[in-house]
Amino acid sequence: MLLFMRRYGIWLAAVIVCVVLPYIFTSRLSLTLFCQMGIALIFALSYNMLLGQGGMLSFGHAVFYGIGGFLAMHALNKISGGTLPLPIELLPLVGGLGGLAAGIVFGWLSTERSGTTFALISLGIGELIAASALMLPSFFGGEEGISANRMVQTTLTGFRFGKQIEVYFLIAFWAIVSAALMYLHTKTPLGRVANAVRDNPERAAFIGYNTRAVRTLQFSLSAFFAGIAGGLFAINYEIITAETVGALASGSVLMMTYVGGVGHFFGPILGAILVTFMQVSLAGITHAWLLYFGLLFVGMVLWAPTGMAGIIMMHEPVWKAGLMKRLLPSYLLIALPSLVMFVGVMILVEINYHLSLSINPEAALQLFGIRFKAQSPVAWSTAILLAAIGFVFFRAAKRKVSRSWDEVTQTMKGGAV
Amino acid sequence: MFEYLLFSLLNTLVLGMLFFMLSSGLTLIFSMMGVLNFAHASFYMLGAYFGYQISAVFGFGPALLLAPLAVGVLGALVERYGLRSVHKYGHVAELLFTVGLAFIIEEAVNLIWGRNAVTYPVPNFLDFSLFTLFTTSFSAYRAFMLLISVGIFAGVYLVLTRTRIGLIIQASLTHPQGVSALGHNVPAVFMLVFGGGSALAGLAGVIGGIFLITEPAMAATLGPIVFVVIVVGGMGSLTGALVASLLLAAIQTFAVGIDVSLGDIFARIGFQMSPGGLLKDLWRIKISHTGPILPYLFMVLMLMFRPKGLMGKRES
Amino acid sequence: MLRRWLLSLTSVALLMLMALPVMAADTIKIAYIDPLSGAFAGVGDAGLKHFQYNAELINAKGGVLGGTKLEIVPFDNKTSAQDSLIQLKNVIDQGIRIITQGNGSNVAGALIEAVNKHNERNPGDEIIYLNYAAVTPAFTNEQCSFWHFRFDAHVDMKIAAITDYIKEQKKVKKVYLINMDYVFGHSVSDASKAMLKEKRPDIQIVGDTFTPMGKVKDFSPYVAQIKASGADTIITGNWGADMSLLVKAAKDAGLKAQFHTFYGGGLGAPKAIGAAGIGILNHVTEWHINLNHEEKNKQDEEFFLGYQAKYSGGGEVPYYYGRIRTQMQMLAAAIDKAGSADAKAIALALEGMEHETPYGTVTMRAEDHQLIQPLYISVYAKAGTDKVKYDAENSGVGFSTVKRIEAAATAMPTTCKMARPSK
Repeated sequence: MLLFMRRYGIWLAAVIVCVVLPYIFTSRLSLTLFCQMGIALIFALSYNMLLGQGGMLSFGHAVFYGIGGFLAMHALNKISGGTLPLPIELLPLVGGLGGLAAGIVFGWLSTERSGTTFALISLGIGELIAASALMLPSFFGGEEGISANRMVQTTLTGFRFGKQIEVYFLIAFWAIVSAALMYLHTKTPLGRVANAVRDNPERAAFIGYNTRAVRTLQFSLSAFFAGIAGGLFAINYEIITAETVGALASGSVLMMTYVGGVGHFFGPILGAILVTFMQVSLAGITHAWLLYFGLLFVGMVLWAPTGMAGIIMMHEPVWKAGLMKRLLPSYLLIALPSLVMFVGVMILVEINYHLSLSINPEAALQLFGIRFKAQSPVAWSTAILLAAIGFVFFRAAKRKVSRSWDEVTQTMKGGAV
Repeated sequence: MFEYLLFSLLNTLVLGMLFFMLSSGLTLIFSMMGVLNFAHASFYMLGAYFGYQISAVFGFGPALLLAPLAVGVLGALVERYGLRSVHKYGHVAELLFTVGLAFIIEEAVNLIWGRNAVTYPVPNFLDFSLFTLFTTSFSAYRAFMLLISVGIFAGVYLVLTRTRIGLIIQASLTHPQGVSALGHNVPAVFMLVFGGGSALAGLAGVIGGIFLITEPAMAATLGPIVFVVIVVGGMGSLTGALVASLLLAAIQTFAVGIDVSLGDIFARIGFQMSPGGLLKDLWRIKISHTGPILPYLFMVLMLMFRPKGLMGKRES
Repeated sequence: MLRRWLLSLTSVALLMLMALPVMAADTIKIAYIDPLSGAFAGVGDAGLKHFQYNAELINAKGGVLGGTKLEIVPFDNKTSAQDSLIQLKNVIDQGIRIITQGNGSNVAGALIEAVNKHNERNPGDEIIYLNYAAVTPAFTNEQCSFWHFRFDAHVDMKIAAITDYIKEQKKVKKVYLINMDYVFGHSVSDASKAMLKEKRPDIQIVGDTFTPMGKVKDFSPYVAQIKASGADTIITGNWGADMSLLVKAAKDAGLKAQFHTFYGGGLGAPKAIGAAGIGILNHVTEWHINLNHEEKNKQDEEFFLGYQAKYSGGGEVPYYYGRIRTQMQMLAAAIDKAGSADAKAIALALEGMEHETPYGTVTMRAEDHQLIQPLYISVYAKAGTDKVKYDAENSGVGFSTVKRIEAAATAMPTTCKMARPSK
């Protein structure tokens, strides 16, 4: 039993969380958000099959997401037209198979080399598909896209999918199944060989593996899951437009995966949840969200290239060794100046946005419950001062953090001996 | 017909040389440092905005000199304090850094100059038509662009082949480790190349911003095409970049005149495409509509079948 | 692993709670769903200011229902259909039942579908959608909806106005059509061909070109084609950079033809095109900044100058959407007439409503919910002269009316078979 819990507990917990979540957050928006997160999560995990597992940096992954979505949408229209007897719960499979088919073709074409060549081919294919999407209105539906009604007669469950919560459970089901499958995939020989091909293609080739075939296989499977996400998209929104195959969607999945962390299986999940949340809610709070988003991304690349998952996992051995309390003081020490610096930068950004883009720059600006004029020199100097002070102390605290890290690692090494 | 051909040829030259100015810096950066710089077009945009701002205050002449200089310094700073510290995490991290940077630059431009296009007019002394042949005229500004870009090509070529630093750069293109082993300060060379490349993009922006439109989306629309140029031209080859730029401009210019659809071509060789089905539009698209997509097709095919490009010296 | 999961979930939940907006009472809220960040934010931003300004004017006169104020609540959809649907959920959560949107027919189509589905699945809790700029004819024809009202003239109506004008211009012999290669561009081209054939069968259509959307850098090759065809008039639905670049390239090549456009004077275009458009660039709108001066309408001039002073950023982004004023005033009148802000009651009140604008009577046609309003064709002209008083976006160029098309002449037959809710 204990072994069972240890091995499958996390999946069980995920199921429970998924079931309970909509009863804690009952608003339509949070439900919509969870649905979107579920879709993004599958999409990001599928992307990590490429980037994390296979070492293939793609700028065109949304192609498969979109193609899957469009095929699913056409199928959905056939289902409601009565010409296709497929239960709607299985519709994501249509998307998945569409993604798989496209993945095999494009995968074979683009995976002969990895690295920059692959990245550029994916960029080119992405641009090609995105540009032709508007020219092929029969498939992509032109500017308005294709829409359908998900309330159809053929269902497996009793759900009619009129309510968002029913759609939520469908997405949750597929998200858990897909995540489990992708996790299992990392344990299969193919998953392992993909790692080998990522790390050292020459050696993998010497042992007798056909690197291109391995990459193509990995690529196609990844496209399959992207297609499933696309199929869920079709059900969730009941409309799909050419923007789903575009560069923005490809860029966004790259960001999710990278911010979450490519080195660990659960990284993209964290990234998908965080980035989706930011995209939806931050945009409602501040117009500068794109800038914060960019800063966060560059900050991650500069200082935390292993992503959120990497940071968390870095602490696992420390946690196990019971040394977290040694790190905490220095963390608290760095948290304060970081906060001060962040607040300073934020005030500066908000002031500038207010001045250049708000309805009425003369009107007072409200931040943290304080109202002030954006033109006031006091606000400017406070912001600059905060940012500068924060920066100076941040650097000092950073040294302290790395010192205590060194100590902790020393202790752990000593303990091991 | 002669009129059409002549002016299409001239316009090809103008557009092609603009592409070249933009991509010449990138091709050097890419082949020396292996960095696929997604922010390169953002430096082009900064060049345009700096040019707009400086010429609004001091006039076009100073803008032509100062704006690229400012962009170049900015580029060097980005290399020194940004890229260099990401370098240890590998090429993917470097590339993503530039993606994020492009993002931030675009938002900053929004913030400073607003979200709509700015008025960046042709300077008065160039605002006339140089000559009129039959009925079509050729503006003096286009001629000026041509002059500047040809001058830049000559200048860069001379620097690379006739100066000591140029020789080091050339050597670094093909044997980066070897140059380092000989005791040259490769990081400094990197910074110089990155700054110089950015300055060239900035110059392209100063003159391209007038020719096209100076708006926050200008980087994003021109970004991908620059990659096409360096891929097609080949790694580390300035001449390749030149040829590719002109080729791409020619494709875009002359495809417009071909009024044949894919379906017609198939019909001519004996296949009649069915007018139904989900892909029926594919056969309907005329070559003349595809001009601006062809480059990407060209790039993908090139990468698949000849990854070192037209004149590349080595594969990436 | 479990702990990590729970931790991240709780933090997300906490953030979410923080993000939930606080509701204010006692206003009638109108959700403005348009891009407020990203590439099209400039346009969305300007539209928001238009609504804000008009709401303020109505509120200053005592609001609606004898004292209730109107409030505009912005939602950022990033010009994406998907994000619009998410924001729509947000809107519904916040208890707002009146939405307005304009940028992008993809977004409008998605919203119409979503509003229809919501209203069908939630009877008694309906939403009404006021469209101020999405011009696909289908929205008031085969796709028409009881819950959707359009205040802009659609593609066919604008083409009707342009061709009405061309009909009188005897010197027009050869017309060239150049459009962006997507549904909108194709409908401009189709409508132009059909109406020209009907109104001036002698006119030769010498070209019908489509350009990939937003991909063309230099339009010179297209201009060379136009020149080679000998066209004297060009009809185009291009917008944004594709509009500005076309005119710039035409000027460089010395092309002497008239441009008839939808968005030649759109936000950002006067700045980008400037003097290159003088005398050749026409656009069809329901209002333009110089109309008040030409018609000597003091009240409209005050309206324009009020916006100019408060919201235009020193004239950088002047008032543009005349129809937003019409829309807001009609909405206020409909709320008063219905006696409540209930979506269904407002919709029933709006149907068939007639309204006086400074430039004539407009009607919200009951059968398809399309506003029938007079249109103006105006041309770029040097500003600061006796005739052209105001310049657009501080560019030194303004607009001069060349023809007014009466409302009745712009009305097109509709194929709409509207499904109405039972009363």
